[in-house]
Amino acid sequence: MFETLILMLDATMRVSTPLIFAALAGLYSERAGIVDIGLEGKILGSAFAAAAAASVFGSAWIGLCFGIMASVGLAMIHGFACITHRGDHIVSGVAINTIVAGLTVTLSMHWFGMGGQTPALVGDARFLDITFPFADAIASVPVIGPIYSNLLSGHNILVYLAFAMVPVTYWVIYKTRFGLRLRAVGENPHAVDTAGISVSFIRYRALIICGILCGLAGAYLSTAHNAGFLKDMSAGKGYMALAALIFGKWRPVPVLLACLLFGFLDAVAVRMQGVVIPGIGEVPVQAIEVLPYVLTVLLLAGFIGKAVGPKAIGRPYVKERA
Amino acid sequence: MSQAKVPTWVNIALIPVLNIMLAFLVSGLVILAIGENPIEAAGYLIYGAFGYDEGIGYTLYYATNLIFTGLAVSVAFKGGLFNIGGEGQAYIGGLGVGLICLSLDHTMPFYVIAPLAVIGAAVFGAAWGYIPAYLQARRGSHIVITTIMFNFIASSLMVYLIVNWLKEDGRMAPNSRTFGENAWLPYLHELLSPLGIDIGDSPLNLAFIWALLCCVFVWGLIWHTRWGYQLRTLGTNPTAARYAGIDTAKVTIWAMLISGGLAGFVGLNEIMGVNHNLLLNFTAGYGFAGIAVALMGRNHPIGIILAAILFGALYQGGAELAFEIPTITPEIVVVIQGLVILFSGALEHMFKDRIEGFFIRRAVA
Repeated sequence: MFETLILMLDATMRVSTPLIFAALAGLYSERAGIVDIGLEGKILGSAFAAAAAASVFGSAWIGLCFGIMASVGLAMIHGFACITHRGDHIVSGVAINTIVAGLTVTLSMHWFGMGGQTPALVGDARFLDITFPFADAIASVPVIGPIYSNLLSGHNILVYLAFAMVPVTYWVIYKTRFGLRLRAVGENPHAVDTAGISVSFIRYRALIICGILCGLAGAYLSTAHNAGFLKDMSAGKGYMALAALIFGKWRPVPVLLACLLFGFLDAVAVRMQGVVIPGIGEVPVQAIEVLPYVLTVLLLAGFIGKAVGPKAIGRPYVKERA
Repeated sequence: MSQAKVPTWVNIALIPVLNIMLAFLVSGLVILAIGENPIEAAGYLIYGAFGYDEGIGYTLYYATNLIFTGLAVSVAFKGGLFNIGGEGQAYIGGLGVGLICLSLDHTMPFYVIAPLAVIGAAVFGAAWGYIPAYLQARRGSHIVITTIMFNFIASSLMVYLIVNWLKEDGRMAPNSRTFGENAWLPYLHELLSPLGIDIGDSPLNLAFIWALLCCVFVWGLIWHTRWGYQLRTLGTNPTAARYAGIDTAKVTIWAMLISGGLAGFVGLNEIMGVNHNLLLNFTAGYGFAGIAVALMGRNHPIGIILAAILFGALYQGGAELAFEIPTITPEIVVVIQGLVILFSGALEHMFKDRIEGFFIRRAVA
């Protein structure tokens, strides 16, 4: 029982990592007042760019750089449409998701000709698992052993980075001047403008951070979690991260917990395949898979707590002209 | 403001055409970047879509789905609602059609099944739009997020139902049994051949005619009824709508019911018209493509028909193009679709403000 739990928590960490990156990315963007439906597209774009660059240059780190560049580029298109041209945030997000879904397949066919995949990544082209010191030695100690050597040790660096990003985000959002302004831009851009601070510049910077984090999520998918890019490999993770962001009420720590919950549900769904529970019978896998979305809808409906987003979210800011 | 001084043709023709040209220009650059000639590619694409009878049939068959989802998006848009859940509503609408056909095809003739299937598609699609609408209208949750969530819920629900309940016994393939022929929508080429008209074999079926009727229905509903006026008022200015005594919650819910029902008709075309069984993922992104169609068609039924035919041509021509130039994948069509959403949706103000300014200045001078 204990071992199963450790295995499931281990899987939870792996599955949650891209969700954590993407949900925090969304947090920066939405706290600054920019709705980001395009998380999905940015993850997919980055996954492709990272895998393609990693296979060409043979280095996961170079892949990561390209992934982040692709994702930031997409975030800038979003910014150009939403901030500079006051376009609809949701339409722009849908556009980005659609373009990326088509472009990644088109380009990978052109460059690699493998039916929309990139070549399998080996060796340094992937982020490999890190084993903590003494992990093998402690492994046999009861309780602590499995937790240390199976659960905490043996992940790749991006997993640890994702968890580290949570306190960093907390600090940036709540303890820095930039964070204060970012939150103010999302709640009341007029006040920020009155104080002589550029609303657009703050929002663009929020989107750059959003792009970097989505880039990490995408690179994790294609160069760490898997060994290469597959068509549509983001498979709704961006939308699930959006759900986690709302479920965590746009706050870093609850968002982390929401991502872990959704990741855990995924691990449970994999485990429960074909398992018969006494008294209930076989629980359909789909029922568990769908729980993150159902829970988010229930939360939004106000049945479990209340999700109140940033006040100025989705509204373009028009500077008053004399 | 000074909107009145801008000639009408600028808003309904010049700006949309300019936005589409820009989208095509960028798509051409993408094709150029992968080392192919965009002009040659466009030639294959146009020939594939319009060059022969069968091609036209396929183009209109794709357009049928896009008219339904485009209308669905635009009805919600008119009320200021962004229904991003057309995909899920179409999927569940297909379930309605499938259940009617599976339960009645042994006992009932076509003229009983067909109207029931239409009702089934509309009711199931509308039901899937109802919950997000209710939550938006009465509990204040944002419709964009809930409809996205409902797409995923629909997808899981359909996998569960088809794999566990509706799958044909003893077969591995995740789809239901094939319906009896009395539950098939007739193909248009079959209907027209007795009249001596040959339009080539294509999946184009009666659902296309129904799509055109839906356009007329939507046009009448939005511009020629009291309810349509209420809907447009809500979309233009919710505060004014409330002040004028319009029950905004009720209008919101009805807008989404109609929107969901229209999206559900995709099931009619796909399930009853072409596949003749209930299968997974038959919606294939039409719900999202409907957003592009509605944006490009300026939320007007005539615009939507034109935009749907254009996108239908891209789907059909894109398949032809991929056949002629193997280095270009059919996914290039998805890229073009995305660029259209970007330029005629998200970046619509980029040209609009300048062009309108130009005409206003000219009118003043």
